[in-house]
Amino acid sequence: MSSYIEGIIMLSGINLIAVLGLSLLTGFAGLFSFGHAGFMAIGAYSAAICTTILKLPFAVGIAAGGATAAGASWLIGRATLKLKGDYFCIATLGFGEAIRLILDNFQGLGGARGWPGIPPSTTIWNILILDVIGVALLANLVRSRHGRNMIAVREEELAAQVAGIDVFKYKMLALVVSAAYAGVAGSLLAHYMTFIQPKMFSMVKSTELTIIVIFGGLGSISGSVLGAVVLTFLPELLRAVDKWRLVVYGLAVIGIMIGRPRGLMGGFELTPASLRRHFADRKEAKAAKAAQVAEDAELGKDGL
Amino acid sequence: MAQFLQQMVNGLSIGSVYALMAVGYSLVYSVMNFSNFAHGGVIMFGAYFGFFGITLLKLPFPAAFVLAFVGTAILAVLIERIAYKPLRERKAPFLYFIISAMGASIFLENIIIATIGPTFRTYPDVFGRSSIALGPVAVGRLDLIMFAVSAVCLTGLVLFVEKTRMGRAIQASAYNMKAAALMGVNTDRVVMIVFAIGGMLAGIAGVFFGMKYTVYPQIGNITTKSFVAAVFGGLGSLPGAVLGSILLGIIETLVAGYLSSQFRDLIAFVILIGVLVFRPTGIMGKTTEDKA
Repeated sequence: MSSYIEGIIMLSGINLIAVLGLSLLTGFAGLFSFGHAGFMAIGAYSAAICTTILKLPFAVGIAAGGATAAGASWLIGRATLKLKGDYFCIATLGFGEAIRLILDNFQGLGGARGWPGIPPSTTIWNILILDVIGVALLANLVRSRHGRNMIAVREEELAAQVAGIDVFKYKMLALVVSAAYAGVAGSLLAHYMTFIQPKMFSMVKSTELTIIVIFGGLGSISGSVLGAVVLTFLPELLRAVDKWRLVVYGLAVIGIMIGRPRGLMGGFELTPASLRRHFADRKEAKAAKAAQVAEDAELGKDGL
Repeated sequence: MAQFLQQMVNGLSIGSVYALMAVGYSLVYSVMNFSNFAHGGVIMFGAYFGFFGITLLKLPFPAAFVLAFVGTAILAVLIERIAYKPLRERKAPFLYFIISAMGASIFLENIIIATIGPTFRTYPDVFGRSSIALGPVAVGRLDLIMFAVSAVCLTGLVLFVEKTRMGRAIQASAYNMKAAALMGVNTDRVVMIVFAIGGMLAGIAGVFFGMKYTVYPQIGNITTKSFVAAVFGGLGSLPGAVLGSILLGIIETLVAGYLSSQFRDLIAFVILIGVLVFRPTGIMGKTTEDKA
């Protein structure tokens, strides 16, 4: 495998982890974040501090990255998730920008010029293993009672509350788990690039993650997986028309919201069971159609 | 003391332009109940309309100014018709509106990058660099004009919302869209007017920001400050948006003047967090109840 292809696979694997987290937050709990790159930044910088300055093992760095991002998200959630309206959205927007500005001005960690010399500890196997763990954890979470409660909150907050679901608790759970995923993705990114810079975690990064979730389909884990892989490879193939890429994405996002708001996969999960069901349905449809044709032919004969 | 007054005056002038943005955003929020994150894209287009009006079409400044705000008013209405109206008719969840707004914002920013490029452009010097002495403080011509135009626009808006039939319809729709529609208010037209006003004010703000700083595709990111100002003043309240913006402008200028200009952008977020933790309803806001 050429190192170029391997590099893209690694990047899509890292993106996937962040996307999985955002998929939980937006797709399952119905919260919109503009600041996920900020959580990635916190994860990346904390992990880099652990491995580069404190000389701790990489695994500790990843855990610290996830934990600090989760902690930061808990603080934001505490301040905003109880409020109705767009406070959470605006707070994440402000948070993402604030983290970038703080890192820009903090010379101890390289400031705006960035921080080189982080050990290249991330391997393709680290990423693939964490991807599998990430998908498995998320799939189990959304199918558990907690996951169903989140979906209830997304669908109809008031009704969920009346049914006895602690809305705040489940929003918070989705946010913290989602930020932890972003933090882990940030740690992996830092040790893959071996260089981090606040600019890498700007709002553009946050919106790109959200775009992947939307393309994949709100409320579909397999959609997010597919989206992360396709949308990381696609720009590499379309280098020549790169400046039009985001123009098309912007239009596509509006188009999806208007025409097919659940995204490409929308609620449909790609599992062996769902595939069997899908093909069974198709076989049935084919049989029904054949019967219909036969019947039509029969009627035709009568007509003659 | 003279320096302090000077900072206050500068802050007042930049704050009044923030108010133009924040009021447009708040107006849409109060009627539609969602944050129109495409507002920044409209502001950016306003800056470009004004710039090309002066440089390419060789229009005199007032004509370019009118071109800019008429252009952005049309643009804002177009965005509403294309990106939000289908969702409105389907009564889609608010999440979809926000995502659609994000799509529109990405599209607007990148269509400019793809067609006319990401370069920074500087407005030609329209008002001259000399300043006017008002007692101990010297006020730049641009700052003075910014403040005067913003004040006129905001007063006009208040009169429009308070005194006209359409204004009352807007108030009614902001209070309860469904009930307003039942009382015979054409809510579809209200939404259109609200977006047109928001777009117009955004265009004016865009021209001023372009003149004060430079014109570039990401200039719309400055709307983040109008969101902060709107939360600061009380989300959805027009007087709150104005007060929040002016205070934000003054605080920013004072921080830049007395502490460090690097903290100027950061202070907005410090205020945001402070407000969210201690007084989420903002200065003027009364309620955080959801309109179910």
